[in-house]
Amino acid sequence: MTITSLPGRSRKTRLASVSLLSLAVSLGPTACALGGGSDGGDAENASGSSKKQVVLATHESWAMSKEVLAKFRKETGYTLKVQSSGDAGALTNKLVLTKGSPIADAAYGVDNTFASRAVDQGVFQDYEPPQEPASAQGLEMPDKADAAALTPVDFGDVCVNVDDVWFEKHHVTPPKGLDDLTKPAYKNLFVTPGATTSSPGLAFLLATIAKYGEDGWQKYWGDLMANGTKITSGWEDAYTVDFTAGGGNGDRPIVLSYDSSPPFTIPKGSDKPTTSALLDTCFRQVEYVGVLKGAANPEGAKALADFMLSKDFQEALPENMYVFPADDSVKLPDLWAKWAEVPSEPLSLDPATIAQHRDAWLTTWGEITTR
Amino acid sequence: MGGDHDPVRGAWGPRLGTIALAVAPVAFLGVFFLLPLAGMLAEGFWVDGSLDLSGVTETLARPRVHRVVWFTVWASLTATAVTVLAGVPVAYVLYRLDFPGRRLLRALVVMPFVLPTVVVGVAFRTLLAPGGPLGFLRLDGTAYAILAAMIFFNLAVVVRTVGGLWEGLDRRREDAAAALGASPWQVLRTVTLPSLKPAIVSSATVVFLFCSTAFGVVLTLGGLRYGTVETEIYILTTQFLDLRAAAVLSVVQLVAIVVLLALTARARGRREHALERSGERSTRRRPGRRDLPALCVAGAVVLLLAAPLSALVVRSLRTAGGWGLDNYANLGTTGGGTALLVPVWTALDQSLRTAVDATLLALSLGLAVAFLVSRPARGRGQRRGRALLDGLFMLPLGVSAVTIGFGYLITLDEPPLDLRSSPYLVPVAQAMVALPLVVRTLVPVLRSIDPRQRQAAATLGASPLRTLLVVDLPAAWRPTLAAAGLAFAVSLGEFGATSFLVRPDNPTLPVVIYQLISRPGPENFGTALAASVVLGVATVLVMSGVERLRIGSMGSF
Repeated sequence: MTITSLPGRSRKTRLASVSLLSLAVSLGPTACALGGGSDGGDAENASGSSKKQVVLATHESWAMSKEVLAKFRKETGYTLKVQSSGDAGALTNKLVLTKGSPIADAAYGVDNTFASRAVDQGVFQDYEPPQEPASAQGLEMPDKADAAALTPVDFGDVCVNVDDVWFEKHHVTPPKGLDDLTKPAYKNLFVTPGATTSSPGLAFLLATIAKYGEDGWQKYWGDLMANGTKITSGWEDAYTVDFTAGGGNGDRPIVLSYDSSPPFTIPKGSDKPTTSALLDTCFRQVEYVGVLKGAANPEGAKALADFMLSKDFQEALPENMYVFPADDSVKLPDLWAKWAEVPSEPLSLDPATIAQHRDAWLTTWGEITTR
Repeated sequence: MGGDHDPVRGAWGPRLGTIALAVAPVAFLGVFFLLPLAGMLAEGFWVDGSLDLSGVTETLARPRVHRVVWFTVWASLTATAVTVLAGVPVAYVLYRLDFPGRRLLRALVVMPFVLPTVVVGVAFRTLLAPGGPLGFLRLDGTAYAILAAMIFFNLAVVVRTVGGLWEGLDRRREDAAAALGASPWQVLRTVTLPSLKPAIVSSATVVFLFCSTAFGVVLTLGGLRYGTVETEIYILTTQFLDLRAAAVLSVVQLVAIVVLLALTARARGRREHALERSGERSTRRRPGRRDLPALCVAGAVVLLLAAPLSALVVRSLRTAGGWGLDNYANLGTTGGGTALLVPVWTALDQSLRTAVDATLLALSLGLAVAFLVSRPARGRGQRRGRALLDGLFMLPLGVSAVTIGFGYLITLDEPPLDLRSSPYLVPVAQAMVALPLVVRTLVPVLRSIDPRQRQAAATLGASPLRTLLVVDLPAAWRPTLAAAGLAFAVSLGEFGATSFLVRPDNPTLPVVIYQLISRPGPENFGTALAASVVLGVATVLVMSGVERLRIGSMGSF
């Protein structure tokens, strides 16, 4: 007999040890209780009675204070579970892909640039909160089907911002509108996030289409690029790296940002911002909430939509998500009331037109800007 | 031999064991990788109930796709080559030389690995932007900035994988060669490098896959001028909802990885052989004059790592009134001037918990796979089976995180696999990325164990379990810890996949950092950077803890 054939017992033990190992391996995941465990409270809720929990799908900019969320629980009896990830585009596409078995009960954060796609695909069921503030009516989607499914919660305007201090120091008159950005005086001074990778970037592209028309914007962007416009992927690095007033060593005093940005540039010891928004360059983004078709808890979703229009939630929007409440009767934070100017007539495009042409526009835009 | 007289048991005994050991990892891979991948591919190719391949030619004909594929290949190859060339000397210095601060430096090398890509992007751009300290290099927005960031991120993979093997290598063979008159260069070329080759090829494969699926840094540093297959899939999926084109590109990724894996398996093939290990004796010595070239390279590399890191630290200390620790003070509070929803410590706690889960999962599955793959194969079929298994577990590194993330949503939505909103999906997705790293770190080491040692142990009456404990474990112990460290770092830094998952209510630190950095206001930005520094320091602490751990435990075997 050769050595290897000798231990008949040994083969058994090998088998035993191997199965032991694989048992340990398959138990591995169970041992994981260490981690995600802090979610236990919700899990209990879910198994106890899922009726008591509302799941909200939203984008990664979601933020709301604990006090307001506690109020929701107290007033409605529902616990809110938030699932946030991606930007408005990713959220919309996620909802479209999962429309047969929705990932949540309600969705918040689909904006007027993506809303038509979601509604056309039958993601939402119709619901109109009984107490919609008058000012919110003005933010409704123009299309009837869209408006029936979606309720406006807040808005923000994407506007070109300028560093007033820089222009003063360099004895240059700051630009006034979109036309100026292609002038030689402002060569190499403008930075904007890209339309394919950033939602304010997309809003800016739409602003230029609204201003120069479906046939004229291509030339404008060609001129912008020829005038040394810099394109970054996200708003973060356009503002914090390239903008002269963003805290970095930026060298561009004109940046694409929001109408709510200037109050954040008030230096310590002063009461006046060092930057301002150009109100003729703004495109309005409206964010909506809707009840998802096939929701496990549609009643909870409706209660949530109602709550998002309440004074408590509306008032907390500026501090938490840096947007203006749809209800214009709520009190704004002092700095906002004083320094965040809202354009009276922002540039706008019909959401149906956006839905129809978005992909083609983005493709063309991509070609122009990487030429 | 052996069970020849008992063909049934002879064939099925070990095979059953193999199957038992393979079940858990393969099931894991099937549910959390193959299923979601198949789901997304079906979305793209399966239109109205029938197979529609018209998208293939149309997508592949797009000039933009050509550009993107070419750039992906070029950038990944170049970055991998440089990472390996820079990483090997660093591995030598950090794992073979004895000098104060060695352990700290080892941990420091891993720090970039965990930093959120958007933060690294901002740190690099702060350095390279025209007004920044390195602005004169004019690298901002160029392909070289992307390469530098890829190297920055992946150096840890090479240093730790190669270092893990090198550390245990017996010095006597090199000494013998030197005594016989070989020059240091000859020793390196003929003795050392061939021994290290398995680890080098392994880590190079991993780095290449990481580079080719790099996403955040390419978006931030590429300024839209440069795109990779990965960023293209992201844009097609999240912005255009063009799932057909995205599916075609995913297949392109898959084909590329399979070819790459076949090539590297060949290169590794018969070269993975038994090595003499030094056992307990320390292989480190004080640096001497002949180490000068390696020290120079290592110094330069450390500078490359340190520059963006210090840019980060410097900017985190900048406050409205000048300089100070205000941003760090903000970390403990919510409300006030920042958008912080939970104190950073809470988020850090959540990050660490998740990372422990992901590491345990990746280690237990990875050990099983590495053990199976590294057994000497009997016959061709078995060899093929092992190679297949080996390759299978590398796939997650090379496939788009967006595809998998969206795939989870559409495939894991029904019982018994109704997992898409489970908080466990986050550690699972991280373990998926960490698993190949664990396997790639362990396999070269396990293969390098001389089979005669196992035979000797068995002859002396040791049971297989005992053989495992006295032969395999001592050799695999250090690399296992290195692998655990990498898995931990992968989880802490949260690579792509998890950012497309539905998140639980308790945010991890990278999530908090993303939230802060995308809000207006210098306080949010400063706090985000301070939080990144905390994340990096936490990593360094944990990693040096792991490094210390093994010193204590080594003696027990």
